[in-house]
This record gives sequence, structure tokens and C-alpha cells, in this order.
Amino acid sequence: MASNIGSKRLVVGAHYGLKEWVAQRITAVIMAVYTIGLFLAVLFTPDLDYAKWVGFFNFTVLSFPLGKILALLAFLSLSYHAYIGIRDIWMDYVKPTGIRLTLQVLTALWLLGAAGYAADILWRV
Amino acid sequence: MSNTVEKKRPEYRNIHVTQILKYRLPLAGKLSILHRVSGALLFLALPVVLLPLFDKSITSELTFLEMQSIVSNPLVKLVLLALIWSYLHHFAAGIRYLVLDMHMGTEKYAAQKSAGIVFAISLSLTALFGLKLFGAF
Repeated sequence: MASNIGSKRLVVGAHYGLKEWVAQRITAVIMAVYTIGLFLAVLFTPDLDYAKWVGFFNFTVLSFPLGKILALLAFLSLSYHAYIGIRDIWMDYVKPTGIRLTLQVLTALWLLGAAGYAADILWRV
Repeated sequence: MSNTVEKKRPEYRNIHVTQILKYRLPLAGKLSILHRVSGALLFLALPVVLLPLFDKSITSELTFLEMQSIVSNPLVKLVLLALIWSYLHHFAAGIRYLVLDMHMGTEKYAAQKSAGIVFAISLSLTALFGLKLFGAF
């Protein structure tokens, strides 16, 4: 018979947190690629003005809003990445379950708000 | 046999907040805690500093000029410099972690050396962007 049921249940082990660990690295790479691309675009654009700057975000390819979608993907990656990172900080330093849960919920709301704000900004131009 | 009085040696288990300054972290340890601090700073700044500036920069020609005049304030520049450092440190230290994840450079000496490289890159790039921000070139 399995000896890991009831009070003997193993609550640590493979897969616990693996998804977040992988997600944090994938989102990091997405943001790194996006920001390096944006930085190079800025660096190699002579006389950068408003029209050229906004063009980095609202350019389209065959009427598909590629600039907005790429920026949105970077912002969504940022939100998920930051959620995992800040959650890890709370898990390390805040032990009482109630306070920890409250802080995690506030973190998620803060980041969802930020992602919504970013989407709103992008789709106004 | 004379028994010398045993001197009590300091014992560290979990580092308490009051011990942070006395506790001599290795360079990779400093890199690690600053990775956390810089991430937290960027998280807090995102909806209150970074997104509002981004909003102004792309909404219209007029708000673009408003953004430029806000950023020309030296206090705002200092805040941005702190965020530029945060970004660069978080980025460079993050790349180091990705390399460590691939089991490269995990030996004590190599890990210490790569931490030094991260600080050299992030701090010199911060200085470069800082000089640009404050109009040195």
C-alpha cells in the first residue's frame, strides 16, 4: 500500500513550482529579445521624433497590428514574470498565511492593472 | 591541563535584518540580493512612473513634448537613473542565472568571476546611460 497518503502525504517534490520556474525564464527571454530589438531600433533611427517613436508601436504588416501585438506580448510577459518574482519575495519573507495571501492578491491586481493600462495605451494610437 | 575559556563564535543561521550590514556576503550573494531589490523597484515603478511616461510618449505629439519636459527635471532624471540601473542589473544578473541554469560556471571561482563581470557590465552601462541622460553627450 502507498505509504504517502493522509498525514504522511509528501507535499514537496517534483513538479512543485516547476511551471513557474520555466515560465519565469521564458518570459525573461521574451522581454530581453523585445527590449534589445527596441533599443537597437532607437539607436539606429536618426533624429528620433514623435512620429518615428510611435511608429515602433503602431506599425502594421498587411493590416495586422504587429507593433501593438509584440509590445503587448512583452507587457504580458512582464506581468507574469513580475508576479512570480514578487510572489517569491512574499513567500520568503512573509510567513502568516493571511497576510501573505493578501499581498499576493494585491500583487496580482497591481500587475493586471498595469497590463490593462499598457493595452489601453497601445490601442489608443 | 588548563582549560582556556571558550570564546563564543558568532553563529549565523538565518540572517536577521539587523545582521545584514555586518554579514559579509560574497560578490555573487550581493548580486543576488540586488537582483531582488532591482526587480522590486521596477515592479513598483511600472504603473506609477514607467507606464505614465510611456503613455505620454506615444499618445500624441503634444503629450510627447510634455513627457520631454517632465524628463528634463533633474529629480525625475535621478529616479530614471535608479530605474535604468535596476533594469541593467536585473538584465545582466538574469542572463548569468540563465547560464548557471545550463550548468555552466557553477564552480566557486567561476561563479565569483561571472558575478564580477555582471557588476562591471551593469555599472559601466548605467554610467554611460546616466551621462547620456544628464546631457554629457
